[in-house]
Amino acid sequence: MLHGLVNSIDPYFLQILVNIGIGIILALGLNIITGLTGQLSLGHAAFMSVGAFTGALLTLKTGAPFSLNLFLSGLFTAAVAALIGWPILRLTGDYLAICTLGFAEIVKVIFLNLEITNKALGLTVPAPRSTLPMPVIVLMVVILTIGASTFIQNSRFGRALKAIRDDEIAAESMGINIARYKVQSFAVSAFMAGVGGCLYAHFLGYINPSDFGFLKSIDMLSMIVLGGLGSIPGAVFGASILSAAPEFLRFMSQYRMLVYGALLVFLMVFRPNGLLGGVNITALVLRKLGVRPRGTARKKEERR
Amino acid sequence: MTALLKLDNATIRFGGLVAVNGVSLEVEKGEILALIGPNGAGKSTIFNLITGIYPPTEGGISFNGKSIAGLPPYVIAGNGIGRTFQNIRLFNQLTVLENVLIGAHTRGRWGLTGALLKMLPPVRREEGRLLKLAIHCLTQVGLAHKAYEQAVNLPYGEQRRLEIARALAIEPALILLDEPAAGMNPQEKRTLLDMVRNIRDAGVTVFLVEHDMKFVMGLSDRIAVLDYGVKIAEGRPEEVRANPAVIEAYLGKGAVR
Repeated sequence: MLHGLVNSIDPYFLQILVNIGIGIILALGLNIITGLTGQLSLGHAAFMSVGAFTGALLTLKTGAPFSLNLFLSGLFTAAVAALIGWPILRLTGDYLAICTLGFAEIVKVIFLNLEITNKALGLTVPAPRSTLPMPVIVLMVVILTIGASTFIQNSRFGRALKAIRDDEIAAESMGINIARYKVQSFAVSAFMAGVGGCLYAHFLGYINPSDFGFLKSIDMLSMIVLGGLGSIPGAVFGASILSAAPEFLRFMSQYRMLVYGALLVFLMVFRPNGLLGGVNITALVLRKLGVRPRGTARKKEERR
Repeated sequence: MTALLKLDNATIRFGGLVAVNGVSLEVEKGEILALIGPNGAGKSTIFNLITGIYPPTEGGISFNGKSIAGLPPYVIAGNGIGRTFQNIRLFNQLTVLENVLIGAHTRGRWGLTGALLKMLPPVRREEGRLLKLAIHCLTQVGLAHKAYEQAVNLPYGEQRRLEIARALAIEPALILLDEPAAGMNPQEKRTLLDMVRNIRDAGVTVFLVEHDMKFVMGLSDRIAVLDYGVKIAEGRPEEVRANPAVIEAYLGKGAVR
């Protein structure tokens, strides 16, 4: 039945939707380390590629079921992130950014030279072993990622990450083990990037190390900056716009990148915090509905 | 009286500069001890030594009879030392309540797994406990009604009080207040005075750095005086006030007749 439903949608439109979905997963992943923890990563495409190649190889060599495959790709990517995060997350700001950039290039060069990843020829990825159609899987992962991000943001763990973002010295003085939390955040972030990469590989059917270059990392960063750093709806929104924009601007052929660039510049001038940066959607909706958050009702009484 | 915190010949050098030079000091359990001294005397540096921001070059620091010198700040905080900062360091983008919840970090233990398994009863119980603690601390400094405001939007005096609430959420045995009255008006200072006394009466030992003499004299059980990184006096407020070395440090030679 699901297949019938999916098949009834225009394939071109469906392809855009899947692209948007994968974009959302990647953006939410990057949002954990850069938006929530405040550590700028310019090499997230590398984690995407690790996930993509891991997933592709798992399907090629073992033929494992796709759900397991997705999970393992994410897990392996997280392990790689934890391994390199341990030394490099001691750096902050620009230094960390440069370091992640370098790491991404190294990963690319490694994949370009490994026999198992077919060097510069890239890998042709067979269809995933799953009873569900690809768009449905992507949708499910998107929902899971949004759920996990929301849970993380409103937990003791997420608060520690936000504390690190706002003031490392104060965070440490509150008993937060900065190094540990940064590495964990990096690993979670990479897990999502790895899952996104695995989906990307199976959706496209072909991956090449050069697909995961600097521009891909910048794409991901643009999504969360556009939507508003640290905002989950922002990341979803930014990823949707930027994943769909190249398609909708296709009629302008090569001029579309120009418009795309101009859009970003305008946005940064008029909404430097991103479209949804600093907007609390829940509070906004509650206010519209006339519901007051706990605690504030009492405040009114006290004033009177 | 037993010493809760003990500095034994604590010294730190930054290159050629000896910022804190062989300071020995004991903070008794349950007292309010003030550290005073001219600008640049090394008062805040002593706080940074105690909380582990800098490890001492020489000498020892012990808390509850256990050496804490050289431990990272997060471990020291976990041992029960809360602090505020001279130049306010709040988590500006977060709400007042979140700031205090982060202070309560060491009172919880669920990490990433807890975040992903938020629905489980033990995680929810812990979250409820932390929330109760945070609201209790906010009430102590009279900021409970501002729980959902963004920290950066609070007026200056309230930001200072929020820092105290955040430090209290550690449920510390010792709280270090770095110039808590700075920039406050007389009315706010009076409120603060009562607040610090209440904190002490609730069983928390208070160690503070302060410039406002009237505030310090009215509040402290004992005062230690620092000048150029060296402790030059220590005693009850009236003793310190009469000490020639202290007057000289503040007003210069010739002031003592």
